[in-house]
Amino acid sequence: MSNAILESGAAMADGTPRRGVEQLSMQQALNLALDEVLAANPKALVFGEDCGRLGGVFRVTDGLQAKYGTGRVFDTPLAESGILGMSVGLAMAGFHSIPEVQFDGFAYPAINQIVCQIARMNYRSRGTMPMPITLRVPSFGGIRAPEHHGESLEALFAHVPGLKVVSPSNPHEAYHLLKYAAERPDPVVFMEPKSRYWQKGEVDFDSADPAGSPAGGSPAGAKVMRAGRHLTLVAWGAMVARCLQVAELAAEDGIDIEVLDLRWLKPIDEAALAASVRKTRRAVVVHEAPLTSGLGAEVAQLITQACFDTLKAPVERVTGFDVPYPSGDLEDEYIPNIDRILFGIQRVLEYKRG
Amino acid sequence: MDTLPSPFSGNDAGQLSGPRSEPLTAGQLRELFSLMVAVRHLDSSAIAWQRQGIIPGYAPELGQEAAQVGSGYAVDTTRDFVFPTYREMGVARAMGVDMVAYMSTHKATWHGGLYDPLQSRLAPIQAVVGGSVLHAVGWAHGQTLDQKDGVAMTYFGDGASSQGDIHEAMNFAAVMKAPVVFFVQNNGWAISVPTERQVAGGSVAARAAGYGMPALRIDGNDVVAVVEATRRAFAHARAGNGPVLIEAMTYRRGPHSTSDDPGRYRSLNEERDDAGEDPLERFRRRLLADGVADEAFFAEALAAAKAEEEHIRAGIQALGSRPGSEMFDLVFQETTLALQAQAANWREESEHV
Repeated sequence: MSNAILESGAAMADGTPRRGVEQLSMQQALNLALDEVLAANPKALVFGEDCGRLGGVFRVTDGLQAKYGTGRVFDTPLAESGILGMSVGLAMAGFHSIPEVQFDGFAYPAINQIVCQIARMNYRSRGTMPMPITLRVPSFGGIRAPEHHGESLEALFAHVPGLKVVSPSNPHEAYHLLKYAAERPDPVVFMEPKSRYWQKGEVDFDSADPAGSPAGGSPAGAKVMRAGRHLTLVAWGAMVARCLQVAELAAEDGIDIEVLDLRWLKPIDEAALAASVRKTRRAVVVHEAPLTSGLGAEVAQLITQACFDTLKAPVERVTGFDVPYPSGDLEDEYIPNIDRILFGIQRVLEYKRG
Repeated sequence: MDTLPSPFSGNDAGQLSGPRSEPLTAGQLRELFSLMVAVRHLDSSAIAWQRQGIIPGYAPELGQEAAQVGSGYAVDTTRDFVFPTYREMGVARAMGVDMVAYMSTHKATWHGGLYDPLQSRLAPIQAVVGGSVLHAVGWAHGQTLDQKDGVAMTYFGDGASSQGDIHEAMNFAAVMKAPVVFFVQNNGWAISVPTERQVAGGSVAARAAGYGMPALRIDGNDVVAVVEATRRAFAHARAGNGPVLIEAMTYRRGPHSTSDDPGRYRSLNEERDDAGEDPLERFRRRLLADGVADEAFFAEALAAAKAEEEHIRAGIQALGSRPGSEMFDLVFQETTLALQAQAANWREESEHV
């Protein structure tokens, strides 16, 4: 597999970004983005647990150590706080770290360094010590993994002043969003939907947003993945693909659904939310994370604030439950599935005032 | 590794590579004394400032002048970088940091202090116990990657040595052979908890052996010993031999902070018995005995310290609040629309702005 990736996915030997359109998996697209970032920025570093020789447990960093050397792509001791704390010092020394936390649940041991240090250092230092750190976190559930390997931490990170949070939904987004995030001068938590790593899709190298912003524009903000007239499904990460499936099924019943990929979970693209829901007048937000104090509440409030007069129904949330993420046997009961999303849509469509 | 793992060995510095540094000159000894007097006077004055309402709080370092001034004096600010806690005023002063800008953190002007950390070679003041020790490891590894010869020195105490980040930092530094000096001030107390209830085995320096890292356990109240040990540690790390740990044994003679009441956990008799001789008085007697300085010099040093404190106090008193807009402007390098909207609301709804 790794050879095939290197042949089909690697950046040009001189680091020139690719051109044209290719079919890639998200894992390949992320690998390619990292390759190009490392080629373009001599101060960029990739490190974490098993990121070097092994190429990461999901092979996202595959081949990079061989290409860029052990100084720029390296394995750290197995300690997440150490990885993130070290990134702070490297940022102070002028490096752009792209550390990996191997699984979402293992971001918790690093919370002090992420929340109290990375997120605040630019502020504490009065802007003299920016923290250009792109923290890659394989995220969310859906792969029958052991405990602590299927968490959705977006609300936690989005709540922290000083952090930005983004999640790609497909290979094209993964490539452009990671390249963009890794060029930012601020810390970005990059949440990779691990259940989508192996799904292939078209990556258009020439344009960050072929269907959205002007060609070649930056992949900031949300993106309409499917236009529709009757209701907006708001989602991110792995839930976008599921919402697109739901939209196809609903279309068979004559319901025309718009799917908005939020992409940036902080800052949230309020204008895109407002534009979509002003048109459709109905919204359902879908996420894997537990319901209570989830990001869906924030999205619902932003929509209500902007679209109160035009909304036909309260914004619905279809989410995980307020339970610890379950074992693999039960995860299909936990993650919003097509039926639950369709029920959410039905509740909104059938809502009657008074 | 060229440096062998070595067990803790008291004051023996034999495990460190490289020659001992040049002995301090008479001029340097007098300079160290002047720095210690300036720090002692500013430190005790800051408590008075708090009582007078000039500043809301302060974390005194009374008794740690030798450890702080001695180690800070050994820093080469053209290439090294220092990571302080919230109790490193003596280090900052010895490094030549702008003291009004440093003390502004205690006036609650800005958490990290107003000094420029890059220019000062001193990271922003750190309130998380052990929070910046890993940063030193990252900065130091950056020196290795850049093929530069800077060394990072990071401060922490006996209390912080209980934190997991300290283990992670020492292990990372030793695995990567990062040029770090871990400078531990073992001052006997973590607020109200004594070292024996904090440090299993009784010595932070002893732990270095487990990381294959040389360690020096020194008399932290002997400023000359502190300078010499720190210089040796810097030379060792700078030569590419990896990290070094120094455990400077000292005593926190004052309260943890201006909000603390040591009477609740230690008696005056215990303080007198445990503190040992005042490092400043001890150094004064030594300089006198060695003929390096005389009473006139000491009087001069005290007068200079008083003048300096007055100057710093005036600067602190003249220091206004930072504009509230900085709350919003300094969160990110690239701000967000949401933050701009919140700033606009704040401006609109705050009559005083």
